[in-house]
This record gives sequence, structure tokens and C-alpha cells, in this order.
Amino acid sequence: MTEVATLWSYLSASPLTWLTATLVAYLAAARLSQAAGHSPLANPVLWSVIAVALTLTVTGTEYRTYFEGAQFIHFLLGPATVALAVPLFDNAAEIRRTALPILAALIAGSGVAVLSAIAMARALGLSDAVILSISPKSTTAPVAIGVSEAVGGIPGLTAVLVILTGIIGAVTVTPMMNALRVRDWRARGFAVGVAAHGIGTARAFQVNETAGTYAGMGMALNALLTSLLVPLLVAWAV
Amino acid sequence: MIAALALLLGCQLAGELVVRSLVLPVPGPVAGLALLLALFAARPALVERLRPTSGVILANLSLLFVPAGVGVVANLDILTEDGPAILAVLVVSTLLAMAVTVGTFLGVRNLMGGARK
Repeated sequence: MTEVATLWSYLSASPLTWLTATLVAYLAAARLSQAAGHSPLANPVLWSVIAVALTLTVTGTEYRTYFEGAQFIHFLLGPATVALAVPLFDNAAEIRRTALPILAALIAGSGVAVLSAIAMARALGLSDAVILSISPKSTTAPVAIGVSEAVGGIPGLTAVLVILTGIIGAVTVTPMMNALRVRDWRARGFAVGVAAHGIGTARAFQVNETAGTYAGMGMALNALLTSLLVPLLVAWAV
Repeated sequence: MIAALALLLGCQLAGELVVRSLVLPVPGPVAGLALLLALFAARPALVERLRPTSGVILANLSLLFVPAGVGVVANLDILTEDGPAILAVLVVSTLLAMAVTVGTFLGVRNLMGGARK
């Protein structure tokens, strides 16, 4: 019994265990998603996160220990963002043709994402700190955290809200767009990129490559606009 | 593949340097993306050399959000009493933002007479 305990104390503290656990959980979730015909409810981010979080809770492992292994995956978010240049370049001509719809939709969508969050949080009586933390929720995490800090929000809360927003967008986009009978993959992708950043973009790539490309563009453009927009809107609204 | 990774990381690094030295409100990787696009425009042959690696990374983009997502679960207690109200704001505001974005996109597209798809 003590041998097992010694072995476990090595394993649970080793980055290797948690790196492997993350990959295995994702593979299982990706299988599940495929078996469910890429149903939005079988979202692989959602289910891998639940599986890993349950494992951490059951084994009493702290997030810090987990992240020592998982950071190698987390690190790839940067190069992955840079890699979006490939589908963007492939579609450059098409994107130039849709420059006007893109710009108009970006300004409208980004504005609504920020203003509706502020207005509703206010109507529900949430505190100023929470309102400020929620305002950049549709932007990619590093930008949202920076914006939240700059306007006086709680960066840790913003990080949580950004990821939740991404999952909400990724799970709802397909049924919503089908219900609205939107068949233009460019419009569908762009909307989920603006409203639900990278997690929405990952979902879009799963469904259609054109949608994924436009989602990546929506995410990148919204990162720019939100960082300019939130400080202005917050000064006016809070 | 190593050359492709070096190019991606090199662009990200250059992006971080530009953003930090000019104090721009943009994340480093987004600046790196813009830089790589400029490189592609100058040397289109680079795209094909990068494609196998970028394809693998983008096809598995979901995986990269798992560590941060697990962090959310570790910090769920931060939501406590305001949890239901905050969740309501997130759901409504996200759906609204998607509807307005898609509506504007299609509206302007149709105005331009490009309603072919």
C-alpha cells in the first residue's frame, strides 16, 4: 500500500501526468464529438474541461500543479494565433470583396457585445467591479484581461467570464444560425469570432473552413476594437 | 516542421517586441499574425511551407483552450452569489452580439448586391 502511495505522490506532482491527462481527455472528447456528429452539446472544449476538472477534484490536485504540465499546451495558443495567417492569406481576395460587410458587422457586433453586457449587468444590480470585469468578455483572453485591469475590473473574474463566453458561443452558434436560416458561412463564422473569440473560432473550424477563417478574422479584429472601445464606453456608461 | 515552428514563433516574438516597444493595445500574437501576412505577401511561396504545420495546429485549436478552461473550474467560487445573474448576462449578451453581427454582415452584403451565396 505504501508503495502505491509513493508512486501516486510522484505521479500526481509530475507535469508528465497532467500533460498526458489533458491529451487523453481531449482525444476522448473529440471522439465523443465525432460520434455525436459534431453536435454543439458535445463540444470538445467543454467536455475535456469537465473530465480534467473532475479528475483534479477527485485526486485533490491543485490547479497550480496541473498547470505545470498543461502549460505546454497552453503555450501553443500564441503560435496558433499567428498560424491563422495561412487561411487568412488563402482567402485574401474573398475577404477584400467582403471588406464592407466585415467592417460594419465588426463595429455593430463589438459595440453590442460590450454595451449589452454593461446595460444588463447594471439592470440586474451587479456591482461596478463586476460590470467592469464583464465588459470585455467577448474578446480573446489576454486582451480582455489587460482591458479589465486598465478600467478597474477584476482580471481573475474576467478570465473566467471570457472562457465561459467562448463556451456559450461555441455551443449556441450552430443551432442559433440554423434557426435564423443563415447559410452564408462567412457571416456565421465572423459572428462567432466577434462574440466568442478563440473558442468560437475553434468551433467554426470544426464545422467549416470558410467559417473558421472568418471567425479567426472576427476574433483578431474584435481584439483591436474592444481594447479601444471598452475604456470609452465604460467612462460613459459606469 | 521545425522551420515552420521557428517561423511561427519568430513572428510571435517579433509581434511581442513591436507591441511592447510601441505600447500598443494589441496582443503580441495578433501583431505576429499581421507580420506573417506581410511576409506571405512578400514571398507567397512561404505559405505552402507553413501549411502542413499550421493545418495540424488549427485543426486541433480546441485542445489549446483546455488548460485555461480547467482554470475556470478552479476559480468558479469567484462567481458565488452573483453567479446566476452573471451567467444570464453572458448568455443574453453573447447571443445578441452574434445576432447583430450576422444581421449587419448579411444586411450590408445584400445592400452591395452580393447576395449570391
